[in-house]
Amino acid sequence: MAEIVLDKVTKRYPDGALAVSEMDIEIADGEFVILVGPSGCGKSTALNMIAGLEDISSGELRIDGARANEKAPKDRDIAMVFQSYALYPHMSVRENMAFPLRLAKVDDATVRSKVEEAAEILDLTQHLDRRPSNLSGGQRQRVAMGRAIVRSPKAFLMDEPLSNLDAKLRGQMRTSVSKLQRQLGTTTVYVTHDQTEAMTLGDRVVVLRGGIVQQIGSPQFLYDHPANLFVAGFIGSPSMNFVPATLEDGSLKSPLGTITLTDRVRRLAEAANAPREVVAGLRPEHFEDAALMEESHRQSGSTFTATVDVLESMGAEKYAYFTVEEELATTAELEELAADAGSADVPGTGSTIVTRLSASSEAREGRPLDVWFDPDRIQLFDPSNGANLTYSG
Amino acid sequence: MSHAVTEAPAKPVPAKGKPALSEGKRAERRLGLLLCAPAAIVMLAVTGYPIAYSIWLSLQRYDLRFPDERQFVGFENYVAVLSNSYWWTAFGTTMFITVVSVAIELVLGMALALIMHRTLVGRGLVRTVTLIPYGIVTVVAAFSWFYAWTPETGYLANALAGESAPLTEQWPSLWIIILAEVWKTTPFMALLLMAGLALVPDDLLKAASMDGANAWQRFTKVMVPVMKPAILVALLFRTLDAFRVFDNIFVLTNGANDTASVSMQTYNNLIKGLNLGIGSAMAVLIFITVALIAFIFIKVFGTAAPGSDQGGKR
Repeated sequence: MAEIVLDKVTKRYPDGALAVSEMDIEIADGEFVILVGPSGCGKSTALNMIAGLEDISSGELRIDGARANEKAPKDRDIAMVFQSYALYPHMSVRENMAFPLRLAKVDDATVRSKVEEAAEILDLTQHLDRRPSNLSGGQRQRVAMGRAIVRSPKAFLMDEPLSNLDAKLRGQMRTSVSKLQRQLGTTTVYVTHDQTEAMTLGDRVVVLRGGIVQQIGSPQFLYDHPANLFVAGFIGSPSMNFVPATLEDGSLKSPLGTITLTDRVRRLAEAANAPREVVAGLRPEHFEDAALMEESHRQSGSTFTATVDVLESMGAEKYAYFTVEEELATTAELEELAADAGSADVPGTGSTIVTRLSASSEAREGRPLDVWFDPDRIQLFDPSNGANLTYSG
Repeated sequence: MSHAVTEAPAKPVPAKGKPALSEGKRAERRLGLLLCAPAAIVMLAVTGYPIAYSIWLSLQRYDLRFPDERQFVGFENYVAVLSNSYWWTAFGTTMFITVVSVAIELVLGMALALIMHRTLVGRGLVRTVTLIPYGIVTVVAAFSWFYAWTPETGYLANALAGESAPLTEQWPSLWIIILAEVWKTTPFMALLLMAGLALVPDDLLKAASMDGANAWQRFTKVMVPVMKPAILVALLFRTLDAFRVFDNIFVLTNGANDTASVSMQTYNNLIKGLNLGIGSAMAVLIFITVALIAFIFIKVFGTAAPGSDQGGKR
């Protein structure tokens, strides 16, 4: 149990590359914090600095209030779970899990009971005498977790622990990691590039880009109130739609038609000194098939008509994809997100609007559809620096 | 095996207890054997034949000075060799040189390997420089050691030996032979061990330090066990090589003062003495010893035989 504070922690490599820049995070005792971001954003470097596997170039790391910059990893009393699991291949599951206790010179009886207790929690009891090479991916992952929990460390660090599992198992393990953390109440820092894990696991999420913290907050807060384009585009799946738009006398000219802004949005934009040219963002679930709306409700929002390119029926909902005529908004942030998602390589995804409609929608591929959306949900971003002009934190 | 090659593919023979192979499988197996055949034949010609021939020679009284007295004598040559104190002295000397030099090489080689593995700047240069001794012809290197230890002219003899001539005494000679061996083959050991070090994933060492291991514990509890297969292969190669030590001794002492190895003794009997029978018996005994060493390494220590999959049994 410990609180971990990163105070302007910076990592600069000898070749001058800046991996992490002035990171300020205060992780409370027992908190589950997620570091998330695309590859190369510095999240693993940050984790390694907390672990002591990488030196801190400047700034201070405090564990339980005491400066830990110079402490060797073994003296920090922190356990780490690696993406590769890093199980010792020459040891049985039991020996793997006992290893940290043996190094700490714990007596045999205690080692035995602690290992068996951990094995019980993780459902590994019948595998204790097997070698890691004879275990499945999920079992190995659990052994790695077991090795971390046996010695009741001050904190857990997890570096993409579920990335090597297949999708279904990942879902299951996600739940059990979350349960385990709640059960043990140990401070946990969890690194992932998967926004679903970030949304579902953490008490708080730290979004990183290029070594700089973009925003820190609860998953729902980041989803509802992204601080900038990058966070808006990164959190949420399918991600937010972005269109270029022009602000004119309280209305917004966009490929989705001229939208009358609500007072709330207008006030926020004015307070933020919004430029004329902006990027408007709308999440897929803020659209609806206009035919399903009651007339009165329909009047409160805007409607546009477009041809459905692709319709995906998920059972409980439908995703309709539209192509807008103008090019979609592009900024450095959005390009980076596209590159990370690999969508930059897929032709035709650049100018698609994704909408989530009710399952009862009668939208058909190739047919025009009236689509309704709530203008109060629109978020406006400054294309020059990506800042959210409608941010209300 | 060759039977399967010539066998007509027509009738499947399920009677032998093995499941009958399909036509395609048989054709594939036949092709496989045919493809292996040239290599197998060459191997047999260059290794099988000489071994068989020396075994055959070792069972005969056959001295080239008295070719007419050639005669099959069974194991008489072996009895003669094994009951001779010269042989056992040479055997002891060889064992001593082997064990001591391989042990030193292992320690130094591991240290070198760790250094080379960790080197960040000039990695290529460091590795090349380390390899220089291994690149020098053994006889040339042996001569430079010989001159270095020659009294009055040699710098090592002048610096360390004072008035004495170390290469004329048994123990100093043995240590100098070991020194020459170690100097020459440590780089080879280091290279093999470095390949093993590359097998240890970084994450494993990081995990060990997170688990509370200090540098020495990381080395002994994680690195060494994980790279054990590579260490054993390196030890096996070097032990087999060291047991056949010849050139260094030939140049440094020429086997004087009980410093001859079994290979030297064999050479003396077979080539110098022209006694093909006794010499061959010695050669066969060396072969058996080497085979025994390899057998012990592979079966007892579980060394992965080079080329076997799965890293053998661990």
